[in-house]
Amino acid sequence: MGDQIQLEELFQQRIDAGGKIEPKDWMPEKYRKTHIRQISQHAHSEIVGMLPEGNWITRAPSLRRKVGLLAKVQDEAGHGLYLYSAAETLGISRDEMFDQLHTGKAKYSSIFNYPTLSWADIGTIGWLVDGAAIINQVMLTRTSFGPYARAMVRICKEESFHQRQGYEIMLGLAQGTPEQKAMAQDALNRFWWPSLMMFGPRDEDSPNTELSVKWKIKRKTNDELRQQFIDITVPQAEYLGLTIPDPDLKWNDERGHYDFGEIDWDEFWTVVKGNGPCNTERLKARVDAWEEGAWVREAALAYSEKQVIKKNQKAKLAS
Amino acid sequence: MSTTQEWPLYEIFIRSKNGLEHRHVGSLHATDAQMAIENARDVYTRREEGVSIWVVPSAEITATQSDEAGEIFQPAADKVYRHPTFYELPIELKHI
Repeated sequence: MGDQIQLEELFQQRIDAGGKIEPKDWMPEKYRKTHIRQISQHAHSEIVGMLPEGNWITRAPSLRRKVGLLAKVQDEAGHGLYLYSAAETLGISRDEMFDQLHTGKAKYSSIFNYPTLSWADIGTIGWLVDGAAIINQVMLTRTSFGPYARAMVRICKEESFHQRQGYEIMLGLAQGTPEQKAMAQDALNRFWWPSLMMFGPRDEDSPNTELSVKWKIKRKTNDELRQQFIDITVPQAEYLGLTIPDPDLKWNDERGHYDFGEIDWDEFWTVVKGNGPCNTERLKARVDAWEEGAWVREAALAYSEKQVIKKNQKAKLAS
Repeated sequence: MSTTQEWPLYEIFIRSKNGLEHRHVGSLHATDAQMAIENARDVYTRREEGVSIWVVPSAEITATQSDEAGEIFQPAADKVYRHPTFYELPIELKHI
């Protein structure tokens, strides 16, 4: 027991000194579990996040928009893979993580449980959803667990194109016909509040925050990140000539930040608990893809095994 | 849960340009080394990040254990005489 306490103290000292933790290092069991949960759920979000956007690839309005969206969705797949690999270093298998996703045991970001009804939604997702993700992920490039931090560096490098392609779509619509501008405004109206919810519950309702900050998993709280996102985004909306759907949104000179209205936390918890507009549909699409792809995974494995046998036979004949 | 066996894990190393060494960039699952290379191309070099890829089955890597790091690496800590600054030479001496 004394050893355990000493190990924990050394561990904390290392983190306090800005050191990184690598997979084979000693770590408190809770640190391991928290990371497996957080990294795998982050990975699931990347993978499920492809679904609402994939919906629009075949209907992108031009080739320019189509190649951009395709490349973005391909990046999301890559980001999911980086993160699954990072989680696997902690001793959980890829199949276990998929199983947790498919059975609903593991969550993914609730934002992907909202439908993408118009092309403007794709612009809004790139601008707001990727914008919110970037704020969170830039912070995570300095997280204390090495493989997670390294995956984040890679992801952040790739992600800024996502937000720019989204904003360019919004610019096109906002400067277009009145109908196009109305479409952009409608998308902003539907995605603004869910985007703010992406940062998670208020600090006082987020029991994990304290430990996450102590272990430098997070370096800023949910509310700090949310405020940062709002402060950055409001001028971008003004530039587009769109109105953020919050009557209480107002610059506060004293605080040096925007004040904003109350988030509908009932809606937040409803979607988290699985009763959002698209939870069932998203999970079904994901499970179907996994199950219908099973024969491909088996066949690829059988093919590789056969190649090994062939190679061995050839070597035998030659000798 | 799927009954299919999980594909083996490969560690991926990429040379970003000639003149630099291959560096570890991450890992991925593939049925064999050839597929690992093909997947590594799509996962790790979508933006011209590499000119050469190495793939190694993760199970084939032998590594030091972190709990023996002390006995392995600490013996070098008190050997300051392996560094140039240990040797005291007159300041007016040049190019040495």
